[in-house]
Amino acid sequence: MIWKIFTGFLLSGVIIAIFLLPAPQKELGDVSRIFFFHVPVAWVAVLAFFVAMVNSILFLRKNEIVYDIQALSAARLGSLFSILALVTGMIFAKNTWGSYWNWDPRETSVFILILIYGAYFALRSAVEIEERRASLSAVYAILAFLTVPFLVFVIPRVYQSLHPVESVIDTKLKFQLPLPYLLVFLCSILGFSLIFVWVHKLEILLCKFDKDAKKE
Amino acid sequence: MEIRSSTWISKSFWVFQKDIKSELRTRYGLNALLMFAVVTLTAVSFAVGQFFSSPKLISSLFWIVVFFSSMSGLAQVFIKEEESKTVSLLKLVASNESIFLGKLFFNLILLFLLELIIVPLFLILLGVQIKNFGLFVFVVLLGTVGLVCATTIIAAIVAKAHVKGALFAVLSFPILLPLLITVIYGTNLAFEGSEFSQGWNELKVLISYCVVMGVGSFLLFDFVWRE
Repeated sequence: MIWKIFTGFLLSGVIIAIFLLPAPQKELGDVSRIFFFHVPVAWVAVLAFFVAMVNSILFLRKNEIVYDIQALSAARLGSLFSILALVTGMIFAKNTWGSYWNWDPRETSVFILILIYGAYFALRSAVEIEERRASLSAVYAILAFLTVPFLVFVIPRVYQSLHPVESVIDTKLKFQLPLPYLLVFLCSILGFSLIFVWVHKLEILLCKFDKDAKKE
Repeated sequence: MEIRSSTWISKSFWVFQKDIKSELRTRYGLNALLMFAVVTLTAVSFAVGQFFSSPKLISSLFWIVVFFSSMSGLAQVFIKEEESKTVSLLKLVASNESIFLGKLFFNLILLFLLELIIVPLFLILLGVQIKNFGLFVFVVLLGTVGLVCATTIIAAIVAKAHVKGALFAVLSFPILLPLLITVIYGTNLAFEGSEFSQGWNELKVLISYCVVMGVGSFLLFDFVWRE
């Protein structure tokens, strides 16, 4: 209970700080504030994929339906967060590079993440028997996760990236990001991760209620 | 131990032989693949014409043809077992590993045959010259092995689903994307006549993809196939 209150205060503080501090990148202006939302949201999208994969492995090992429910809820949240990451990224892209979409490596990898989530849900809706659905989707989640290292390696070599990695933000994060920004950024990452944990728990409960309701 | 492993391999060869035999009776798989490939190839050839052929465009079109043809035919290996209700019998005769290996080799042969026909047609219709033939062969071979390694287990997954339809392509595409990007890049290099040393990075990615996907799907197949 305490950590939920803490999350609430933390994220309120983060939001206030983001809008009270001067814009982190002066040339870009206010639009660069989106950095404090965009990066944590993208981080949670990947985290959710990882959680889904770990729960899929656990399901295959222990064969308990709880893990399937946990994997499904993580995937649901993950798809939501990857869409959020995509949209916030597109807003930033429009304002700095001039177009919403240009197959930037980061855009491509988030897009593929959404495709994977989409395929995962398509598979789940195509199988009716619960046990079978659980094991098939678990296998697919693990298989999809195996391709991630290739994506990280392959895609940036094909397309030139405009995404701020070394130019604007990330190097600043390492070397130049002033302390207040760094603090706000880390708090934002923590806050969004806690939100993920919280909503994930609620999702799991919801899935269980759903299942019980179907039984009766 | 040696005897066990040898029977295990030979059983996978039986599964392979059985599939070849049933394929020769109906020729459904190869026909579907081939007709699909020819139809898309014709469409591509009409659209692009013989005189405009940048290597980059041609190599992506080539792999689009291969990808969609394999989507139309490769799922059959497992779907036909489910449809003719021969799954239980197959399980009695052979272990999961040998079934998977047999099916994998069957798909591999099917796709190789397809490429044997489609590559010359492609070269004739689109008027492309392969300047580094060795690199082209390596990229196509490894690309085909990787494609089959990744899609055979998806074929098994799809066969267990109730609604099959477009599911195979939907599930395969995100997983095949890194492979497709790499083979398109590698084929482009071969068309342009780059040296082996320039294409070596692509070959490394392809080899590791084949190994990771092959081992991963081999280990995971057990969970798909058991009831």
